Order: sequence, then C-alpha cells, then structure tokens
Amino acid sequence: MRRVAIVGAGLTKFYRNTQETPKELAYEATKMALDSCEMKLSDIDCVVNGTAPDAFDGVHMKGEYLSDGSGAYRKPYMRHFVGGGTGVLSPIHGWFHVASGMFDTCLVVAEEKMSSAYPHPAGAFLTIFDHTTEQPLYPTLIYIFAIEMNRFMTTHGYRKEDIALVAVKNKKNALDHPSAQIPGEVTVQDVLNSEIMAWPVNRLDISPTSDGAACIILAAEHVARRITEKPIWIDGCGWSLDTAYWCTRDLYYPDYLEVAARQAYKMAGIKEPSKEIHIAEPYDPFTYKELHHIEGLMLAPRGKSVQMLVDGHFNRDGNLPTSPSGGLLGVGNPIAAAGLMKVIELYLQLKGTAGKRQVPGNPTCGVANAWGDLMQVGTVVVLRS
Amino acid sequence: MSKRVAIIGIGTTGFRATTPDVSYRELTYEAAMKAYLDAGVQPKDIDSFVATSEDFFEGYSIADEYSPDQLGAVLRPIYTVSGDFIHSLTSAYMMILSGIGPISVAQGLSKASNMLTLSEMVTFAMDPIYNRPLKESPHAVAGLEMARFLYETGTTREQCAKVVVKNKRNALNNPYAGHSVLIDTDHVLNSEVISYPLTQMDISPHSDGAVVVVLAEEETAKTLCDKPIWIRGIGWCSDTPGLETRNWGQAIYAQMAAEMAYKMAGIRYPRKEINFAEINDEFSYKELQHLEAMRICRKGEAGPLTEIGGTEITGEFPVNPSGGCLGVGNLYELNGGHKVFEVVRQLRGEAGKNQLKNVTTGLAQSWRGIPTTTGTVVILSN
Repeated sequence: MRRVAIVGAGLTKFYRNTQETPKELAYEATKMALDSCEMKLSDIDCVVNGTAPDAFDGVHMKGEYLSDGSGAYRKPYMRHFVGGGTGVLSPIHGWFHVASGMFDTCLVVAEEKMSSAYPHPAGAFLTIFDHTTEQPLYPTLIYIFAIEMNRFMTTHGYRKEDIALVAVKNKKNALDHPSAQIPGEVTVQDVLNSEIMAWPVNRLDISPTSDGAACIILAAEHVARRITEKPIWIDGCGWSLDTAYWCTRDLYYPDYLEVAARQAYKMAGIKEPSKEIHIAEPYDPFTYKELHHIEGLMLAPRGKSVQMLVDGHFNRDGNLPTSPSGGLLGVGNPIAAAGLMKVIELYLQLKGTAGKRQVPGNPTCGVANAWGDLMQVGTVVVLRS
Repeated sequence: MSKRVAIIGIGTTGFRATTPDVSYRELTYEAAMKAYLDAGVQPKDIDSFVATSEDFFEGYSIADEYSPDQLGAVLRPIYTVSGDFIHSLTSAYMMILSGIGPISVAQGLSKASNMLTLSEMVTFAMDPIYNRPLKESPHAVAGLEMARFLYETGTTREQCAKVVVKNKRNALNNPYAGHSVLIDTDHVLNSEVISYPLTQMDISPHSDGAVVVVLAEEETAKTLCDKPIWIRGIGWCSDTPGLETRNWGQAIYAQMAAEMAYKMAGIRYPRKEINFAEINDEFSYKELQHLEAMRICRKGEAGPLTEIGGTEITGEFPVNPSGGCLGVGNLYELNGGHKVFEVVRQLRGEAGKNQLKNVTTGLAQSWRGIPTTTGTVVILSN
C-alpha cells in the first residue's frame, strides 16, 4: 500500500445565494488548489468529485454537469456520495485512486449549491425519507435531529445551556476564517433565546445552508516529495453506514462513527485516540452533534464530553482543540464542501499555516469526520504531518 | 500493480420491462443473495461494498441511504458511486488494491418502470443555463449525433437497422432479456421517426433489474472459486458535459477509456487479442460508433462489418451476443452491470444457447447516456 499525501488545497468563500453557478464554484476551488501547490491541470491524472443530493443544485446527474468545472475534461472522473458524509468520503475515495497504484496524482473536488433550491433546501430534504413509512408524515431534518438531541441529552443528563457552548466556541473560532459565513461573538444566552425550531433545537444550534466548493490535491509519496517540503499524509480512513431504518436504532450513541473510527485508527496504528490525536474536526451541523461525534470518535468517554467542553478542553488553546476552523456552525455548511473544509483545516493546521487559527503546540496528528443521510453515515480520516 | 483481482461471483434478477411485484430493495436483495451464493461468501466475509445510484432515477435525494440493508452491509464499509456500474466495479477493484480487504462487492440497480416522466427528467441533466432553456428532448440530441456519425463515416441507416435486428434476435436465446423479438431491417426503417434519422426501433426500451458482482484478490479468488474471471484492464473517462463543446461524430470518451484499459491489459491489437465484446447500444448507431472509437473497427468499417454478419454470434468478432441494450433493455446506471454480467457468463461457459466457442478474453463497455460523454471499459479474461 502506497502512502498518499495532501499537497494542495483550495476553498471558496461560503455564502448564501452565490451568483456563481455550481460549475463556477467548483472551478474556483479547483484553480485555488492547483495554484496553492503550483501544479497545472496537465499534472493531474484523475479527478474525483463529491457532491450530495442532485436536488440542491437542481441538476440531474450533477456529477456529469460538474465534470469540466472540476478539471475532469477528458480525464478519468468519478463521483461518489454518502449524503452529508460525502465531504470526508471524498479524500478517502481519492486515496483509493492513488493508494491502489492506478494513479500518481488525484484532484478531489467537493461542491454544493444549496440556494438553487428555492425558497429553502429543506423542501429537497423531504425526498430523503422513505416514501411509504415516513414521507406522508412530512418530516423535516430538524425534527429527526431534535429526537436524536433529546435522546442524547436524556441519556447522559446533559443540559441545553452546556451544549450551547459549542455554538459559542465555533462561531468565535470562525471569526478568523476567511471563508466563514456566520462567524460571531454569541453568548449562551443568545443561543437559548434564539427561536425554537423543534425543541430542544434552537436556531443558533443549527449551521446555515450555504453555497461553496472545496478542493484538495492528493499525490503518491514519490510525487508529493517533489511538490512540497511538508506533505500531510492520509494515514487512516474509515467509513460505514448504519441501517436506513433509523427508527429501529438507539440514537444516543453514533455506532456508525465508532465502526468507521476504529477502521481508520487501525489503519493509522492509533491505539489510544484521546492521547495520540492532537486536533479534531468533528462534524458539527448541530451543536450537540460535535459532542456526539467526539464521543463516537472515542476522544472523550461516553457521557463525559460536555464536562470536558465546559472545562475548556476543546477550545483552540485547550488540550484537544476541536473545530478550530469554526466548523459548520461558524464557517457554513455547503454539505460536501463543508466536510472537505474540515479536512483542509487539518491540512493547514498540521502544516502550521493556519494563520490566526493556528493551534499552539505543533500538532502532528488530526482526525476529521462527517455524518449524514438518515443519521447513519460515518466517514473518518486521520492525517499526520 | 502487484495484485490480480478476479470476479468470483455474479448475481442478477434478470431484466424485465416492468417489475410491479418487487420493490427496488427486493431487486437488489435477490441479486445479492445469488451473487453471494455463487461466490460462496456471506456478507460478514466481505470487506467493502460499493453501491450505484443516481438520485433522480431512484426518486430519492441522497439515495445512498437505502443501500446497506439489502446488501447485508449495515455498519460495514459501504458507499455509493453515482456513475455507471463499471465505475462502482472500478472503485471496488481499487479498494482491494489499496489493501482495504481481499473481498469487495459492487451493486447496481434499475427500476426504470417507476419513472413516469423519464424524458423530462433527462432534460434536467442538461446545463441549466446554456442547454436546458432550449427544451430539447434527449432523443433530439441522439438524432443529431446519429446524423453526424452517419455523415462522417458513411455508415447507412440500413446498417444501423441491422444492429437492431441482430441484437433483438440474440436476445431470443437469453433468458434474462426483456425485449427480444425477431424482426427485419424494414421493420426498423419503417418505424416511427423520432428525430431523423433516429426511429423508434433504434432506441432501446428500458428494463428493470439488479446486478451484484463479488470481487476478490488472487489468493482468495483461487481458494473460493473454480472459474475466477480476471480483471485485466479497466478504464473510464469523461469528455465535456456541454452540448456546444463536444465532438458529435465520434465517441472520444470510449476511445480514451478503452486506451486506458488496453494499456493496463497490455493489449495492442484489440480486434485480435479480444474475442468478443458487450458494447453499449442504447441507440443502434452507438454500437457502431463505440466499435470504431475502441479501435475494434477502423472508421467507417463497423457498419459494413455488421452488414456482412461479422458481429453476429457466428461472426469473426461477436458483439452483444446477449442482445445488448436493444434486446435486454436500457438499464441506465446498471447498463455496465449487465455487460459485465454477460461477459463473465460467456467466459465461464455458462451462456447457454448463446455460448461462444473458445473465448478467453472479453470486453464490456458502457456509456452513461444522453446528455453525458462518460464511458467505461473493462477487459476480462478467464
């Protein structure tokens, strides 16, 4: 198995209602990534594209439509998706292309334009539910996540005002992120006083809908060493899907994530994740989700993540900084691009080029995860410098 | 690449014009059970899974959420490729080479009979700014492309009609085929013109079905299977998605995908080194265009070769002995799955009345349909 490194990255600004077409967003991120490591499209052997539902951009076979914008003209090109987990699956899918020995360089592009779904992409989400047993109830994502949050809180005795600290932390971290859509200084009281969407989820517990694109460039070891002095290695990857019949599961713990994390840690040779990992980007489309995922990634014991959060363990200068980028709650959530944004953040942090967001202590090992579909997908990558 | 990878199990439901008795999940379940039985594995033995789906075809957003249960892949490494089945097969192949585990599974599905507004849906695949406002039907695009192909190569409408006659006749002896019939070329030429020169009979009608394929690396394959079918070469390529920027006469995507696969398989003279092919024939002219793009025929020679019976089951280079899309049915993202399934059957010697004699190497090729320019090729040997 060959070692694969990330050698370049590009990220557009995250917006609501961008003027650019999906293809142009993909182009912008791709161009930025190529420029970041002084590569040309002719140096790229293959392209993978990650983008979630077609209904957002309103284009059937969206992968085909995005191909030339993603730099795939007359190249081997493949699109993959696992709902919200797509962003972190993208580097994994790119990793196969290079680790298998088929290609030396691979462009990994993730794009989402949610504003095309008018007036709100929540309408497109209705069609993710089972046509017979669930759609007639007109569920929304916020309803089902409220169920999950409630179960998580009830099982561990967590309080809403403590979970709200995730929004406070992430929105503050995002103040330093140039791509951020809704950074800000908010207080716990602001979160609790914001509109209740479906109890216990308030408006400020939720990440926004966004448009944006992200891109990274992968290279095999012998090529990576020629491109950059400090390649960041993909040392572990894991992914899994739980059953689509989500009503049959106990939602308090993300089994799908533990399975994926164990696969990734095994590949990376990590035995004690909470000690060996220095920095994490857990997927945080909702405040409670960051804590849920910190537990699923085995970075905190079950039922203990909130206390660690309150103690400042997960702050940018804490023992284990989580979402130093500002996460989805601060930077924004163009589904697939948001997942890849998390991987890009780790890349910058491990490289030591995250600027104002740089966490102290020269981290050398980081983990990112994403989650999606009907609360059933876990995708995990472990990066090392 | 040091490892060799083989196909050790295949399973299908067969392909029928409509399947009111089963859901799409049941289709996959049936194909998966047959493939696992064929390979002698259980879901717990499988290290990774790849599903194939395209949202609008399935009628779901993020349709991948319904992939794990019926494959036995709950809480296992599985993800979805929205491409042709051969893209998924490639992903499974690369996962084995990357060391994820020795056994991998690829799944594909078509429930085309569920789609009530197929033509309008395909129009949604056009560029929303430059192409969609023209409100062109997908068949209009195919008609334009066919006209250009006939003009550039001197191929005739009669030669295209011959493809339809051959494939629908081959399908008569294929128990899995859904659209077999014995007709002559006049029948094709006199059928309703949809978009000149394309007639109703030049278009493959759709079918439902599912295919599951089990792959394994060399040692495991030899332990589990008497007749492993080796993957020798694999290639895929996307040309431009825009209607205004493409080459209308030639299938560049098929050419580039095939060259990639030939290079990997060490094939220099495809016509001599490959015994037969299952080629995408969603429209009759596509079979000829793809044959030429993949250097199996020279430019303008595929039509005459078909005319003299060179691509019949008894001919020098049999093409689509299964009946192809025209005889079996258009399966959309499963098209490649059906092609791979048929090549494996032939190479194992299990193709029944359509069995070719002394075949050792076969090629399966697919195309993602209007309006895409994405093609995939896989070369298999026994």
